[in-house]
Amino acid sequence: MYTIEEEGLQCILRVLRELGYRTIGPRLHNEAIIYEEISDLRDFPRGWIDEQEAGSYSLHQSDNDRFFGFVGGPHSWKKFLFPPRKQLFSASKQERGFKISASVDSDSTLPKYAFIGVRACDLHAIAIQDKVFANGEIADHAYSSLRREAFILAVNCTRAGGNCFCVSMNTGPKVESGFDLAVTEVSADGGHYFVLEVGSNKGETVLDKIPHRPAQAVDTERADTAIRAAAGQMGKAMNTANIKQLLYENSEHLEWDDVAKRCLTCANCTMVCPTCFCSTVEDVTDLTGDHAERWRRWDSCFTLDFTKVAGGNFRPSAKSRYRQWMTHKLASWIDQFGTSGCVGCGRCITWCPVGIDITEEVRAIRGEQRLPPSHDMEMSDNKAKETI
Amino acid sequence: MNLQVLDNQRVAADPMLPRAVPIRRITWETDDTFTLFLDLDGSTSQFKPGQFNMLYVPGVGEAAISISSDPTKPRAVAHTIHRVGTVTTALAQMKHGDFIGVRGPFGSSWPIDEARSKDVCIVAGGIGLAPLRPLLYSLFHHRNEYGRIVLLYGARSPLDLLYRVELEEWVDHHNVEVLVTVDRSDSSWKGHIGVVTNLFTYVKLDARATLAYVCGPETMMKFTLAELDRRGVPQEQTYLSMERNMKCAIGFCGHCQYGPYFICKDGPVFRLPQVQHLLEKKEL
Amino acid sequence: MQTEDLSQLLRQHPFVADLSDQHMHVLAGCASNVRFDDTSYLIREGELADKFFLLRSGRVALEIDMNERGPLRIQTVGPGEVLGWSWLIYPFRWHFNACAVTDVRVIALDGKCLRTKCENDHDFGYEMLKRLSHVMERRLEATRMQLLDVYGSNSGAPVQ
Repeated sequence: MYTIEEEGLQCILRVLRELGYRTIGPRLHNEAIIYEEISDLRDFPRGWIDEQEAGSYSLHQSDNDRFFGFVGGPHSWKKFLFPPRKQLFSASKQERGFKISASVDSDSTLPKYAFIGVRACDLHAIAIQDKVFANGEIADHAYSSLRREAFILAVNCTRAGGNCFCVSMNTGPKVESGFDLAVTEVSADGGHYFVLEVGSNKGETVLDKIPHRPAQAVDTERADTAIRAAAGQMGKAMNTANIKQLLYENSEHLEWDDVAKRCLTCANCTMVCPTCFCSTVEDVTDLTGDHAERWRRWDSCFTLDFTKVAGGNFRPSAKSRYRQWMTHKLASWIDQFGTSGCVGCGRCITWCPVGIDITEEVRAIRGEQRLPPSHDMEMSDNKAKETI
Repeated sequence: MNLQVLDNQRVAADPMLPRAVPIRRITWETDDTFTLFLDLDGSTSQFKPGQFNMLYVPGVGEAAISISSDPTKPRAVAHTIHRVGTVTTALAQMKHGDFIGVRGPFGSSWPIDEARSKDVCIVAGGIGLAPLRPLLYSLFHHRNEYGRIVLLYGARSPLDLLYRVELEEWVDHHNVEVLVTVDRSDSSWKGHIGVVTNLFTYVKLDARATLAYVCGPETMMKFTLAELDRRGVPQEQTYLSMERNMKCAIGFCGHCQYGPYFICKDGPVFRLPQVQHLLEKKEL
Repeated sequence: MQTEDLSQLLRQHPFVADLSDQHMHVLAGCASNVRFDDTSYLIREGELADKFFLLRSGRVALEIDMNERGPLRIQTVGPGEVLGWSWLIYPFRWHFNACAVTDVRVIALDGKCLRTKCENDHDFGYEMLKRLSHVMERRLEATRMQLLDVYGSNSGAPVQ
């Protein structure tokens, strides 16, 4: 473990950019904190704090100057690894037939991203999308290349948001693996600095180029304390005991009818969710018809014609679509990919215009179940409190 | 965007890229259903019965269509298509020498090995006969390895029947018991009239020794599965082919999910116990 | 034909194969063995429903006359099945035509005779009703499925 000062972080940015990375980090834009290209520490939303509740997001300036005091915003890193719009190929008419042109997707044509400030929940989300796109016999070449080249500077949260429940999902607030460098922002003596952990050879290479010193016991204690504080502050909690069976066996629960009355099927939740991966294809052509293109773009299972076929539509009701999203996210995902699809980031709760809360929905469905109280929320909260 | 023209080998290596394939001919089976015969290079067109291709019309889109030809004749790949939307209408206007894009084959296939020394009961509804025809061809190639082959086929009316000439050939040359029914007709039809499940009245199946293969509209499949169950055909010996909206056919786009399954890669053919509990649910 | 021979024929028909000897004797008293040629009508819409048919061989189509469109055939029945139950239900009139589409052999049961025997011997009547309800239920189920017009614009293969 090491410690670095503010200038160390600035150096990291410079070193990465010299190595050819496009550094992506947090910025304040349109009253939200988003992820975009940054080049300097001055681009950071220093001191800004977000308040998140169901259906609500607001920012205010705090009295400290922290780089990572905020929790997050509507963006996640999937926007870069799995772009919202991507051309798959183009087809140009020939004398006989047509010829396909596609992006070769070699390492030299795709950007090298360095993600600055990846939270533990989002790091898990990247690993979850890896299982979707870069696992098994068929892999998305572009995703695999971007992923392989990406540099991850993770950050341990020292403040939890109003809709966070990474503790319930076992995805944070501390990052465990899958990063190149990880920092925890700590305060001491009126100033602040970073406790830094190296996670890979790539990270080691960057560290060698920046001023740093070994961490003392007091440094790591400060970091651990801050992280535990975040763990104890979680705004939400979800009981995940037997959740797969719970949702599989309750497809006719009355709660689905209730949430259907509120859900607008606006698809905000799927857009902001860092693991949602549904897409669709668009075929377009120019006026002459000689040149056609096929584009992939994000899609959402909430759209009305998501399951439309020639003979009709399998999920016409809002009820069936909400149930599909939540059951997939928390239950079927486990059968498909071996883990839950939810990382507890809370974005779906924040950005739902009517404030639907996925943790409340699980609670409501459990409410009618007469399961013995083997695991309840208090246990996970108590666990966090014990260690502080 | 950095695009390069790709040669056929590169295209074939990427399941998201269609290869340009010429059409040999198109024949009309009924007034809204036609069969496209493709001129495929043998090496890139091996498929198993029950699998499907994504057929691409540049600028218009793609449709997931079951392959309905003989798997042992990969040069003569054919798709029987119901003209019902924009892509299938565009395909219906193709003629000899036109090119379409093909991706595939995708999906799971009808298991045949387990039918050795057993009886086979195939139940087809409407265009559901198209993905079952490759299964029949495969059985014919080693006809004496299988017991009875019974085909129960239902269509809307006599004008909607597919492969009428072949149905007779199958009876005459391959020892298939074929029973055909239509939902309604005028007085010119001398065959059965009524739902396809009625046909079970006229065949005595040795249920425990029978493997059942079912394909058709989902409602028809449910009625058929109930009837098979009533007659004692074991669920583990029953297979069906499911349908859902498909965009990518390789498990990435999420559209074809059915419970935890991706119909494009876990299906479309399923053994009944895999999906029995899902069939009972509404709007899944 | 002798009653004993008719009993033998009746025994072979699944609809009544498991009737008791006593009830079989009652039934045989109303029965006769009949043949219809291809294209002849066993039943005509509107006429008095005075027969109950147990089909032994051949195929019969149920037909409804649509003035604008000519006759529409909506059902066929074959060997081992039965045709017509309006003889038991007031006002005892046929609601459709039934036309032989092949040569057909049936055991024809006199409707009025059967009805009287059902009234006089309730045990026998119950046996008849039990079997008829089962047939009606299956016929209704099948008709419902036909109503859904599942082949309308839907397909059985993956998305078209």
